[in-house]
Amino acid sequence: MNSNKSDFVKFEQVDKSYDGKELVVKGLDLDIAEGEFLTLLGPSGSGKTTTLMMLAGFETPTNGEIYFDGRPINNIPPHKRGIGMVFQNYALFPHLSVYENLAFPLKVRKVNKSEIEERINKTLKMVSLTGFENRMPAQLSGGQQQRVAVARALVFDPKLVLMDEPLGALDKNLRESMQYELKHIHESLGVTVVYVTHDQGEALTMSNRIAVFNDGKVQQLSGPNELYETPVNSFVASFIGENNTFTGTVKEIASGSAKIETDSGETIIANPIAVNSSGEKSRISLRPERVSIDPNEQLENKFTSEIREIIYHGDHTRVRVNLLGNDDFILKVPNASSDLKLNVGDKLDLGWSSHDCRALDY
Amino acid sequence: MTAEIRTSDGELLSVKLKKVERRRRTTAFLLAAPLLFFIVFAYVIPIFQMLGRSIDNAEMNSFLTETHEVMQTWDGGEMPGEDVTSTFYYELKTAVENKYHGKIATRLNYEKGGFTSLIKKTSRKLKDFDENANFLDQFIDVHKKWGDIEYWQALKRGTDAYHFRKYLTTFDYEQRFDGSIERIPEKLRINVTLWLRTIFVAVGVTFCCFILAYPISHLLSVLPTRYSNLLMICVLLPFWTSLLVRTSSWMVLLQKQGVLNDTLVSLGFVADESRLELMYNMTGTFIAMTQILLPFMVLPLYSVMKTISPSLMRAATSMGATPFHAFRKIYFPLTYAGISAGSILVFVLAIGYYITPALVGGAKGILISNRIAYHMQQSLDWSLATAMATVLLIAVLVVYWLYNKIVGIDNMRLG
Repeated sequence: MNSNKSDFVKFEQVDKSYDGKELVVKGLDLDIAEGEFLTLLGPSGSGKTTTLMMLAGFETPTNGEIYFDGRPINNIPPHKRGIGMVFQNYALFPHLSVYENLAFPLKVRKVNKSEIEERINKTLKMVSLTGFENRMPAQLSGGQQQRVAVARALVFDPKLVLMDEPLGALDKNLRESMQYELKHIHESLGVTVVYVTHDQGEALTMSNRIAVFNDGKVQQLSGPNELYETPVNSFVASFIGENNTFTGTVKEIASGSAKIETDSGETIIANPIAVNSSGEKSRISLRPERVSIDPNEQLENKFTSEIREIIYHGDHTRVRVNLLGNDDFILKVPNASSDLKLNVGDKLDLGWSSHDCRALDY
Repeated sequence: MTAEIRTSDGELLSVKLKKVERRRRTTAFLLAAPLLFFIVFAYVIPIFQMLGRSIDNAEMNSFLTETHEVMQTWDGGEMPGEDVTSTFYYELKTAVENKYHGKIATRLNYEKGGFTSLIKKTSRKLKDFDENANFLDQFIDVHKKWGDIEYWQALKRGTDAYHFRKYLTTFDYEQRFDGSIERIPEKLRINVTLWLRTIFVAVGVTFCCFILAYPISHLLSVLPTRYSNLLMICVLLPFWTSLLVRTSSWMVLLQKQGVLNDTLVSLGFVADESRLELMYNMTGTFIAMTQILLPFMVLPLYSVMKTISPSLMRAATSMGATPFHAFRKIYFPLTYAGISAGSILVFVLAIGYYITPALVGGAKGILISNRIAYHMQQSLDWSLATAMATVLLIAVLVVYWLYNKIVGIDNMRLG
């Protein structure tokens, strides 16, 4: 990623309200770097789509200013912004062929005929749809329509492309292959992409950075691995990936470790992320894959659990156990180690490092 | 060789399939049967019978069968011979005895004016005829019109078993006795004027409906449901009111001392002595018909517009099209199906409209349908009325056929 400008797109103190009673987006500050693939991730109603629509120009911010390439764009109508957009249901023009769909943004820009043809050929090749020029959108499969929509958003060389849950309507396999394809297109063109999704797998696969939205605010803005490994609050921890939690009270706190007494009365050594003083309530987050079964190495936390349920998942087996009063503690056991004999009701020794076990806000 | 496929109970698959399908088809037919019979007996057959009247003259032919046969040898160049006049005398005598000479008089009068009085007078004097003397002279003695060869020509024409002359009359043409077809004298021409006016009004009303319905349908399709339902009720409200009541309301509104004129005068837009002529002319017909037919344009437009995703317009503007360009290139073409469906509905309804032009149209605002009604009820020239109705029906069918060719009837949606 060759980022030229770190604030290619800039949201400054942006608020948005539809009904005058509730803020859908609250005091949003967000910088998007040039050439970046940034994903706005969050549950529905978190304000991510509204943020995208404000950037596209279909919604006006109630307060604050949005800058695009250094210019404030609040008062620029969508058709003058020069931002490409891929819509949730593709929004292909049903009465125009693939070629005419792609030619539309170019004709609007008065590009001459031969160049239109050249650009369309190039773009269709990029999305591997050469030969589909004369098809009507209704004659294409969902995946092909998706590619046309992407091609149409890119064909006029916009500096910024917005994508609003573009893969939502595709089946699982197609969605995964399209994720890689979009990632490759982004890498080869170097165009800035702002992508909205509620699918964390999609976000983790494609993005340079992810902004996790909840309740109209960005909860965490960081790279995919950081987001997964080091969530800064309990919302991010629970929203991204699978997560086991305990609640408890901080008893002792020092740099790098804290002793926390869980509600069931045991003490866990945890990594203090969002707790500062003893007596504070905390929610402890622990990824299932960071838990060792029958631990023999030196681990700060070692407990015994009881198996409640075993669910076969193909490549791995999920085991639900009761641990420290938590009946929904999940373990992921890779099926390669199938020599492990698991039965409901068995006792299982578990252990984990204090570093992987993060004490977050309550 | 393809092996015979049998179902599990051993029957041939093709036979079994037909059996099952037949049961299903019979059920479907039985469900539709009452309506089908009703339409055939109460609608299709009467219509064809009526249409038949436009060319049928069998009754007249039966009254004067022999006269008609004898006249076949008469070329109409000079006054008819005694064979014709004597046959006519005897047949007319039978008619007077059986009291159907009045019908003959009426029928012949359609062929040529003056026949009513001619036949009536002749019938009264028939008993004074000397059956051994020259009949033609005696006819001329009774009434000098019998000396005019045109009446004898009309008699020959008027007793044909069937004819297409009413269709010529429909377009203000007539067939001379020598077979040439000519326009009728200018002061008698009325039908062509009415046809042209009918088409003009139908096209004009369709256009006005389109102009008024397009924005409102768009609004209906984008408003949230609770508002659009309310608006839809406003659009459909006219449907729940009797057509006669609505037209009468327009009379109250549009007349010279009506609400509209009063308002304009009291606001000072129009002087009291120059109140607008909004009724008993084309303006009245136009205003009232547009209002009455508006829902027929709104409904198909609305149903098509509702299916157009708002993201299409957004997509177009995001690609750099101004809202107007996006409308012209994307939204408008996607509503063609609705426009054509609405237009054909309004046009077909308008071209045969009757009550409204009859009530608010006056002499300058009546349409061909009012002329048909006139011939049905006043002049009692049913042949001409049905000939006009047939032309109207064919015109509508042609429009429908064109629509099906260009747009396809499957694309018609009404909500």
